[in-house]
Amino acid sequence: MTTVDKTSPKTSISKIYMKYIINLIGVAAVYGIVIFLVQRGIIDSYNLRILKSAGIFMIAAFGLNLILGFTGQLTMGHAAFMSIGAYFSAVMTQNFNAPFAISLLVGIIAAGIIAGLIGYPILRLRGDYLAICTLGFGEIIKVVIQNIDYVGGARGMTSIPVKSSFMIIFFCAAACFALLRNLINTTKGRAIKAIREDEIAAEAMGINPTRYKMTAFILGSAMAGLAGGLYAHFNTFIDPVTFNYSKSFDMITYVVLGGMGSLSGTVVGTLLLVILPESLRALAEYRMLIYAVLLVGLMIFRPSGILGTKEITVKGIINLFKKLGGKGKTTANNGKVGE
Amino acid sequence: METLLQQIINGICQGSVYALIAIGYTMVYGIIKLINFAHCDIYMIGAYAGYFAVCTLRFGFTGTLLFAMAACAVLGVTIERIAYKPLRNSPKVTLFITTMGVELLLQNLIKTDFLAGPNTLAFPEIFALETYKFGDVIISNYQIISVLTTIVLSILLQLLVKKTKVGRAMRATSFDRDAAALMGINTNKVISITFAIGSALAGTAGVIVGLLYPKLTPAMGVMPGLKSFVAAVLGGIGVIPGAMVGGVLMGLIETLSKVYISSGFSDAISFSVLIIILLVKPTGLFGKNTREKV
Repeated sequence: MTTVDKTSPKTSISKIYMKYIINLIGVAAVYGIVIFLVQRGIIDSYNLRILKSAGIFMIAAFGLNLILGFTGQLTMGHAAFMSIGAYFSAVMTQNFNAPFAISLLVGIIAAGIIAGLIGYPILRLRGDYLAICTLGFGEIIKVVIQNIDYVGGARGMTSIPVKSSFMIIFFCAAACFALLRNLINTTKGRAIKAIREDEIAAEAMGINPTRYKMTAFILGSAMAGLAGGLYAHFNTFIDPVTFNYSKSFDMITYVVLGGMGSLSGTVVGTLLLVILPESLRALAEYRMLIYAVLLVGLMIFRPSGILGTKEITVKGIINLFKKLGGKGKTTANNGKVGE
Repeated sequence: METLLQQIINGICQGSVYALIAIGYTMVYGIIKLINFAHCDIYMIGAYAGYFAVCTLRFGFTGTLLFAMAACAVLGVTIERIAYKPLRNSPKVTLFITTMGVELLLQNLIKTDFLAGPNTLAFPEIFALETYKFGDVIISNYQIISVLTTIVLSILLQLLVKKTKVGRAMRATSFDRDAAALMGINTNKVISITFAIGSALAGTAGVIVGLLYPKLTPAMGVMPGLKSFVAAVLGGIGVIPGAMVGGVLMGLIETLSKVYISSGFSDAISFSVLIIILLVKPTGLFGKNTREKV
């Protein structure tokens, strides 16, 4: 499934730190490369904007992957939590002059609390019924926001100050990635995955499914809230229709296409599906048509997503390079891109 | 009192459209446990096929209806064969994404200049609009025809499912696909027939909507599709009479809440009713409780 640390507990502490340091270097390297490309003008401001929006949706998609990919609960109202985060943080910034960090935090907490209130009654529903209920809640939240004059109703909120820099978005995404990556390898994470595999069996093993489902749902929705807050301060304009159910469907697509239960899969899926329609812009009206054909084709030929449940890890990449460098040598287990 | 009666009639008309679409959702769900989100776009294609039949082929009402039904049935079966069949044994969410991909595909296909273009088209009048007055209640012949069509088709469908050999095969397949296959039922064929019938009904709904609210856009299917889906769940997904009742209920709730409560909140009210019903009776109004096997 995910990376299993094969080291024994006694020797592991320094190795774990090593792993963290390697991963940190990896993250910093990716950031450095992007910034370098921006400064050299290879990524222009238009493309940087696309990257930023991909980063924002990636954060929300991480949250969705926790709910959908790791816990196995299909929710179709994820964008609604983005809208809650976006509205709360935008109101904090515009009406209360709060610092950016505080606005984001308020958005995250608000999304988490509302997720808790909604999740408590509906998470006992299963499968498709849960999906429909979350879809319904998403639409209800949209309609409610449309009817609140304080936040502009259906007109939405305009001229929100731009505060989401690429750096903030990038490191928020990296933090969410790290949080989930560590969470899913703890006891709680394994409990969550057990619920995905078989809820009844998990319950028989003494796992309280409702509790873990709630935890996953609240945490995932809070991440959507963070993404919403970043989106509001990136796009400067938000309205309820931006976050309707088709946005939720988009995010489900990112997660499933990348591979449910694979965080790096979400990265790949989101980047691909945000950048693909943009790069097809030259095809004008046939753009979305080709996008749809590619989507259906990919699903038919790769039903478990691009990465399945595999992860791309720094260690895996290093091993891959080792394998490429040392062809002919017997490298038994090294070549896999993280398993 | 008169407005209430008038609104109930309007609600039933709206609801009959929802019922026709909901039957397609519910039949497909009943047989392969798939929420077919592309269904709402088959309904949209039905409306466009009707437009084509009236404007280019100069068909009458019955001809238009049959043409739209045939076009949608062929389309539904084609989609099932190409996009859904290879994925029948893969995870549910994968299939679900595929249906959304097909939805995008159909909408953007219609949007191309080669077919209809992105602009709104006005559905032509097939026959003259007549209105009848009963006291203060006004009923148009369009409304009567749409409700009658729905009733006739629903009865035919019930007869088909309950009385014929195909219907029995469908019920058997939906009960247990593997066991049905072992009994010598060609389940692939039965699934295709189910898609054909569901899509044909959606096509009918498209033509009826063309009559009642003559505006065609490529995204016209999205909202009615969502509502009918909710209607199908409301009645108990997988149960055909449930979808009919759910559809009419949905139309009534929507129309009445628009008039008596708030037009802005009407969508929210429809969804709240759904959520309340699901929380009280998780399988919908007519759904049977299935015990979970370990």
